[in-house]
Amino acid sequence: MAEQALSAAQVLDRAAGRRGRRFDLKRQPGFGVVALLCVAMLYAPILIVVGFAFNDSPSVTRWSSFSLAWFEKVLANGDIHNAARNTLVIASCATIIATLIATAAALATTRSRAWPGQTTVYTFINLPLVVPEIVTAVATASFFALLAQQVGISFGIGNLILTHSVFCIPFAYLPIRARLEDMDLTLEQAAADLYATPWQAFRRVTLPLLTPGISSGAALAFIISFDDFTITQLVAGAGQTTLPLYIWGQLHKVGVTPEVNAISAILLVVSILFVSLSFLVGRRR
Amino acid sequence: MAVAAEAPRIALAQAAAERRFLLGRRLLASPAMIVIGVFGILPLLIMFIYSFLVAATYGGVEWSFTTEAYVSFLFQRDIFDDTLQFVPDYLQIYLRTFVLAGFTTVASLIVGFPTAYFMATRPPSQRNFWVFLITLPFWTNLLIRTYAIQLIIRDEGLVNDLLRAIGLIDQPIHILYTNFAIMLGLLYSFLPFMVLPLYTSLEKLDFRLVEAGFDLYATRGRVLRRIVIPLAKPGIIAGCILVFIPALGAYVTPLILGGGKQHMIGSLIATQFGTSRNWPFGCAQAFILMAIVLLALLVYVRSTTGKSRVAHG
Amino acid sequence: MVDAVAVEARNVSKVFGTGADAVRALDGVSVTIRENEFFTLLGPSGCGKTTLLRLTAGFELPTAGEILLEGQHVEHLPPYQRPVNTVFQSYALFPHMTVAQNIAFGLEMRNVPRSDIDATVNEMLGLVKMSGLGGRRPSQLSGGQQQRVALARALANHPKVLLLDEPLSALDLKLRQGMRTELKALQKRTGITFIFVTHDQEEALTMSDRIAVMSQGKIQQLGAPLEIYEQPVNRFVADFIGDTNFVTATIDGRAGDYVRCRCGGGLDLLANPIGGTAPGATVTLAVRPEKILLKPGALGTIAQTVYVGTDTNYEVRLGDGSRINVRMQNAADGHAQFTVGDGVVIEVPDGAARMLQD
Repeated sequence: MAEQALSAAQVLDRAAGRRGRRFDLKRQPGFGVVALLCVAMLYAPILIVVGFAFNDSPSVTRWSSFSLAWFEKVLANGDIHNAARNTLVIASCATIIATLIATAAALATTRSRAWPGQTTVYTFINLPLVVPEIVTAVATASFFALLAQQVGISFGIGNLILTHSVFCIPFAYLPIRARLEDMDLTLEQAAADLYATPWQAFRRVTLPLLTPGISSGAALAFIISFDDFTITQLVAGAGQTTLPLYIWGQLHKVGVTPEVNAISAILLVVSILFVSLSFLVGRRR
Repeated sequence: MAVAAEAPRIALAQAAAERRFLLGRRLLASPAMIVIGVFGILPLLIMFIYSFLVAATYGGVEWSFTTEAYVSFLFQRDIFDDTLQFVPDYLQIYLRTFVLAGFTTVASLIVGFPTAYFMATRPPSQRNFWVFLITLPFWTNLLIRTYAIQLIIRDEGLVNDLLRAIGLIDQPIHILYTNFAIMLGLLYSFLPFMVLPLYTSLEKLDFRLVEAGFDLYATRGRVLRRIVIPLAKPGIIAGCILVFIPALGAYVTPLILGGGKQHMIGSLIATQFGTSRNWPFGCAQAFILMAIVLLALLVYVRSTTGKSRVAHG
Repeated sequence: MVDAVAVEARNVSKVFGTGADAVRALDGVSVTIRENEFFTLLGPSGCGKTTLLRLTAGFELPTAGEILLEGQHVEHLPPYQRPVNTVFQSYALFPHMTVAQNIAFGLEMRNVPRSDIDATVNEMLGLVKMSGLGGRRPSQLSGGQQQRVALARALANHPKVLLLDEPLSALDLKLRQGMRTELKALQKRTGITFIFVTHDQEEALTMSDRIAVMSQGKIQQLGAPLEIYEQPVNRFVADFIGDTNFVTATIDGRAGDYVRCRCGGGLDLLANPIGGTAPGATVTLAVRPEKILLKPGALGTIAQTVYVGTDTNYEVRLGDGSRINVRMQNAADGHAQFTVGDGVVIEVPDGAARMLQD
């Protein structure tokens, strides 16, 4: 409206671009810069933590020189050993439980016509994703407190394992389900045609082909449990410190120290490795 | 002659197959139902019950019914004459939570849209890499990432050091422990949740429509405003929901970047189980938060299932 | 000696879905397939041929009717309890197993001793000309090779009946033609009953001992290729197989074994009768283009010619505007015998026109 009508020559000029480059109809000016800034912003904190873990001086923000001293300290720290053991025990057990349950649930809910009760299963499985972590933490803490006080039951570290299993299930479920849906239904028909009973078909055809999805889901479940802080903080009992809880404790007591940086860096790298693994395995044919 | 004999044989086989099918599926789904039911849903019920109990002195509950937890959300009892006085403190926290979540949503849209657009317009072989790149931070420890932000924005942090080094300021800017700091942290946590739905929507965009726009003398800005953005609307809405609703329940971010002074609902709830030792109140707040979240989701799901039936584009 | 019956379907129906959305894929189909036969189910998509195959294999249960294998009722049995094997349209080779493991699968399921399995696998590889490729994975094979492996995998179990679901449709033309000959030879050599599903009529005509032409869940005609081609019983079969002219005619009276018919445009012919031949009745006649002879004359004019290599298709317009397609072989030097605009008379040999029941 405010612009005057352009002549044909002007339109062509504009289209050719001011610098005479070939017209890329998808390009929007500045978007690439924003995208790169976005990525930089997402990774800056991670890189800083990892970077300064190698810093020689005790300062966390002023670089002096490269050193592995803090990692040595971390690896010698008994409390960290304890926390690491707890974390690994909980994460491993929760992963196994969650993956088994998620595999069964995926087999129940995919590749078939809708059956009565299926939507309830979906709702149950997706529930941990929808409910805010703090709410789950509060609810679980109340539940186990009730169990311990009124009924006298406590599973020790099993409390944490069961709690973790619940919110790990959806993370294991999604890659397994995706893999299952991608699978060709005729393969199981072919197996049946070749005299395989349903169980044999599952064991010899479905399961081997499902393994990448299961591995991918297990890796994700492991990381989710490994990294959990909010829920663990409220549910953990005495002596059940995990690595995130240890870091939190340190942050509260002494603030950010290079040691904290070092153990944090280790955690970050572990997470990245596992997720990359999950991603690569999940894409294998 | 054969008709009567064959009908029951097939019918039997069909009935048996159907039974086997249902039994198999239900059996496979049962571990999930049991574990999530007992350790996921039952605790929520317990939490609801606890919100109607009396707070015990050193944490925990005493088993007598009271609505005190919910009442104290809005009112405070005068200790002398037992009257109720309206107390806006908690409402302020709720308001702050909604406002922060809202700003975070808008900010993530502003940053996320160009990012998603950029990703969607990369050659197909590169796209998976970009998706992986954007998603990866989500899988790392939130606690660590959030305190790393603290490292950056605190008074002796990187930003202030940099600004002083280049002489822009003399005294450090106080960013930490402000609402802005919390918003920054929230933006950081939830950015991938905005980028990915936007990316999904934009990737499906038919760029021939953009071509048509250019063919009809539109500028890049016009094409963006009048063609790309309207077509990406489902992604925009999905992204906003995926950021806003979880942001309401944020806990770690206000805890670390708010320093216990600027509370959001999440950190408020946590203090009831820590220093404040008021479990019923914490449970009540948690219940209210969960109700808000579920309600918002329900509204969103209802509105989208209606829309999906309408022809789009 | 009459061959024993390998597969028999009695009044088989299959309905998918319920209520208003219900689809009747098969409608009371009965057919008997003999041992040692290369039997083809031919028809367009949706005609029910694949459904009938899947019912025989056991992937679906019939809504009504019976299916017998060598006299035994099997319609209620799951696929792994039926002595039939299938070659799938998509081959359905197990991607995580080698070629040899794929072929061995059925034998392993039936607990055949390892040494026998190995021997059979090698035999099968030789049979389908894939010897030495047992260690490859399906993803490393070409389409044609995958097809052979699918075949070998099924045949390794020495089934009574082999079901083939459009196995050649994914191959390109030359490969397809080659495989047709091979499949036919294979069937003759092994003596296994082949039930072959296809929508390609040329395939059906070249390979089959008998063809069942299907449409809309019913068998339209069942017979040997020659019979199907030369004596189609109704409009669908006449139209689906080869090219046909459909001519509306009035019956004039009998003339020996034939019936004299008067067609539009002054064409008189002697047709093969079916059923009632009351004079004055209107009937539809089917005449194959290649049976018709053209000679110079004045009955009609050439409206269009289409060169197809060995022959030329002529479209002849008659006096009353009706058109007849004629195919005639070209002269030795390759040129067409007539051109557009030429006047011609149409000669239809006695009995070449068939009356259709409709």
